[in-house]
Amino acid sequence: MIHPQPTRQQPLVATAAEGLEIAHVSAHYGGFEAIRDVSLTIAPRTITALIGGSGCGKSTLLRTINRMHETCDQASVTGSIRLDGTDLYGPDIDPVAVRRVIGMVFQRANPFPTMSVRDNVLVGLRLRNRRLSRDHAQDVVEMSLRAANLWDDVKDRLNRPGASLSGGQQQRLCIARVIAVEPKVILMDEPCSALDPISTAAIEDLMINLRRDYTVVIVTHNMQQAARVADKTAFLSVSSPGGPGTVVEYADTDTIFHHPTQSATADYVGGRFG
Amino acid sequence: MNPTYTLSAGRRRANRLATVAVTGAVFLALIPLVWLLVTVVSRGFARLDAQFFTWSMRGVVGEGGGAIHAIVGTVLITAATTAICVPIGVGTAIYLVEYGRGWLPRVIRFVVVVLTGLPSIVAGLFVYAVIMAICGPGTRSGLAGAAALSLLMIPVVITSSEEILALVPNRLREAAIGLGATKHRIITTVIWPHALSGIVAAVMLGVCRIIGETAPLLLVAGFADSMNTDLTSGRMSTLPVYIYSQWQNKGANLAAYDNRAWTAALVLIGLVLIFAVASRLIVRLTSSRPQR
Repeated sequence: MIHPQPTRQQPLVATAAEGLEIAHVSAHYGGFEAIRDVSLTIAPRTITALIGGSGCGKSTLLRTINRMHETCDQASVTGSIRLDGTDLYGPDIDPVAVRRVIGMVFQRANPFPTMSVRDNVLVGLRLRNRRLSRDHAQDVVEMSLRAANLWDDVKDRLNRPGASLSGGQQQRLCIARVIAVEPKVILMDEPCSALDPISTAAIEDLMINLRRDYTVVIVTHNMQQAARVADKTAFLSVSSPGGPGTVVEYADTDTIFHHPTQSATADYVGGRFG
Repeated sequence: MNPTYTLSAGRRRANRLATVAVTGAVFLALIPLVWLLVTVVSRGFARLDAQFFTWSMRGVVGEGGGAIHAIVGTVLITAATTAICVPIGVGTAIYLVEYGRGWLPRVIRFVVVVLTGLPSIVAGLFVYAVIMAICGPGTRSGLAGAAALSLLMIPVVITSSEEILALVPNRLREAAIGLGATKHRIITTVIWPHALSGIVAAVMLGVCRIIGETAPLLLVAGFADSMNTDLTSGRMSTLPVYIYSQWQNKGANLAAYDNRAWTAALVLIGLVLIFAVASRLIVRLTSSRPQR
């Protein structure tokens, strides 16, 4: 049986990409302060890159946005992060609900090994107890895989295990998995650091496509990547060894890489540390 | 000076010595096992006939007779014990791995380690005392036997299930959390399918721990010559107890009693084998793992 070809190139529901307002966020792991007083305003339908040396707190900052940070033992967050005016750290907010609106792609591709390609795409919906008709499920699978530039690679092996794909395909599968649940914001934590240059280029193309519908925030060690895809870039650094990370400079990517106002930024993007 | 790439005589000797020692250890470990298996099979073969699987020992003195009552008793008591232990043991393991924070899991783990070393006769005496207090002296039942065996099996199931659950990679939990899954959906949708085959192996390990137990059953389930399929009341025989009693209470025809004991031992080993194979088959047939 041939499934009806989906006609829409848009996501299933017109997602209202929304901006983020991060205000005075500090995050701790027990007694250790990982980031201090971070404030960033992220416009809807943009790509924002967080760059900086190891241990500067950029991953921690990313994980505060969807309230993943607090799943670590003894982790805590202060400050506020607003999405469309709602404080995600407000008193009545369910962190699970936040994570349903803000998707996350991890450094190492982590498709579920017990599930097929198809089930990996649908798992986000299943994890939310949603019941899907067979046709609707097929639509979601095709739409999400197309949006993740993976449909042509896997359309003939949707029932094979997700772990049978190559590393780059697995990472795109994880992106499709996030797209399937129609988030407003997509966070990516060094999504290409385990991939070869060709797969990296595929993911970067994908990010630029995603920007049409989603607000994207990425953490990257690869400055060329930030320069290639990001609209705005935030440079984070620690003020002293072992101290908390802070935002040194936040501006248009072009400004950060070509006309930084801070000497620390110039040193970092120019390859001189210290 | 150029380095030499040839294997030195000393290294070669050490290498050979280590290989011989390790291989020797394997053979030493296998000798008693193979010996035991050969003995049980060869001696148990004499009475491996239809009568053994259809007759009980009711009214049998001397030759003939069978062990169907003990086989049924073993299956029933093992099933009841497993039914008690799986929810408690696997539930505790899930608590320890997925929920436990602070001092409580440490206390539980310590108690479990202590329970693992519990002598089986102590488990039997404990349940015997409890049953006596509740139901009066002289009460015997298969369920009481299952209760005593559960004390032995639960720590095994907890320890090995916990290890299996801890093996589920953390990045899968993170992926599920990141997708906005609640804890119970993460456990049922991600953790459980990943750990299922290991959990079944853990339960099998527990079954193997208790299926050959004799002492606690002698105390609380008693010994019977005839069939009893009611777990809740009356004495119920099991294969280990059957072996013991055949050996202990020989009649005039010594060989008949010896042969029955050996055959019962062979059947017990066969039962363990059947359980192990069946549980793996069930996992394979029911798991939703996609085909490679």
